[in-house]
Amino acid sequence: MSNSLVIVNTGCANIASVKFAFERLGINVDVSDDVKVIAKAQRVLLPGVGSAPAAMSSINRKALADCLRSLTQPTLGVCLGMQLMVTDSQEGEFGKTDLTNGLDLIPGHVKRMQVGNLRLPHMGWNRVTSKYINPLFEGIPDGEHFYFVHSYAIDDYEYTLATCHYSSGKGQILANNINPEVISAEQLKADIGTTFSAAIHKDNFFGVQFHPERSSDAGAQLLKNFIQL
Amino acid sequence: MLAKRIIPCLDVKDGVVVKGVKFRNHEIIGDIVPLAKRYAEAGADELVFYDITASSDQRVVDKSWVTKIAQVIDIPFCVAGGIKSIEDAGKILEMGADKISINSPALSNPGLIKELHDTFGQQCVVIGIDSFFNEETGQYEVYQFTGDETRTQKTAWQTIDWVKEVQSHGAGEIVLNCMNQDGVRNGYDIAQLAAVRAVCNVPLIASGGAGEMQHFADVYKQADVDGALAASVFHKAIIDIPQLKAWLSAQGIEMRSKCVLTQ
Repeated sequence: MSNSLVIVNTGCANIASVKFAFERLGINVDVSDDVKVIAKAQRVLLPGVGSAPAAMSSINRKALADCLRSLTQPTLGVCLGMQLMVTDSQEGEFGKTDLTNGLDLIPGHVKRMQVGNLRLPHMGWNRVTSKYINPLFEGIPDGEHFYFVHSYAIDDYEYTLATCHYSSGKGQILANNINPEVISAEQLKADIGTTFSAAIHKDNFFGVQFHPERSSDAGAQLLKNFIQL
Repeated sequence: MLAKRIIPCLDVKDGVVVKGVKFRNHEIIGDIVPLAKRYAEAGADELVFYDITASSDQRVVDKSWVTKIAQVIDIPFCVAGGIKSIEDAGKILEMGADKISINSPALSNPGLIKELHDTFGQQCVVIGIDSFFNEETGQYEVYQFTGDETRTQKTAWQTIDWVKEVQSHGAGEIVLNCMNQDGVRNGYDIAQLAAVRAVCNVPLIASGGAGEMQHFADVYKQADVDGALAASVFHKAIIDIPQLKAWLSAQGIEMRSKCVLTQ
């Protein structure tokens, strides 16, 4: 009998915390880099901590790319795992400017976040809002906080399922009573901030930029929803 | 907009949670896993486990509790103390910790910060800094080996310079422990934290001095830190986390509230 859920062992991700999160939900988890095991799974999870070039070279070295592209079962990419799902990423090897090719399961581009003088990584709990009613966020109210850690992101675009906004939080103050000329261009960028994809979706492929395994009750609900897709 | 983080710190010694005043006279608070679980359920945004024996003892410290925590906790957590190499860090991260924090080993070998950054990514690399305000000179001085009173020593680093230095090596977050305030509950060192904030482009966590709810409001509003770490006020139930978060939220400070599922 096939396992209910397989976490793809990309070789460089922190897999333990994702595995434990499913185990807390009472779900049987297998961690594998065997294409036969992955192909037969009812659900596939693509984890990710690390850098895009390191993860893609590990996936290519293990010859997993074709298997992942041929999946038809619900598949969830988490954080870097989500970023690997799209066409390419600006995150290259240290000191290089070449784009890193992704798995291209969903069209899209990962870019360095442009947030003026705001702190990066975007690290901590931020609010997530669904763009439309969808089964992955079933039961999770709009504006719920999820845990993020990243410096690269996918814009809000046609495959965006949910968005997140990162700013200094001073945009409102700015609009009301500050003369924009007295603040720097970098500060202005930070105050306006950026809206990016917190979750993306196309066909059977779902990706979340945050870490559901570290997002308390909201994250647990999302993982439960994924299992019930 | 990111929520400001409330971070209970659990000092671990020989597998139990302890607390001392100004790094001394440790008293046992309780077992690690139930305490960690209680804080996560109460709405803590993150936990820090600081193995205070590790950095100063030469013996190998049993870190098997890290896995147990990763199994029961659904919020991020960081492990500090006794991490001196890429191998040490790798083991802790494999056990399920989200971040590792280094302090004394970074001072002995700043190159370790870049190695950790390149191996595990910037987001995993937290640098702890023990900073002492020297009233005679008016300087903020970095101390090393503060886990063991007999080995504690002043380094040649001024705090502001060390904060800049660790960022240049790839630090992903800085926890600034203001030693004068540690355990005495008189409030965070706002002046020092604001000075560090001005040169810190990665998340900054305040540590040392929390005694009442107002201290949290002050440090978020006046020093713009990303998170505030505290131990005794939570261990001794002087401050209730849900009450603290509701109170801060009412003052317009962005807080994560407990998720209420709609189904």
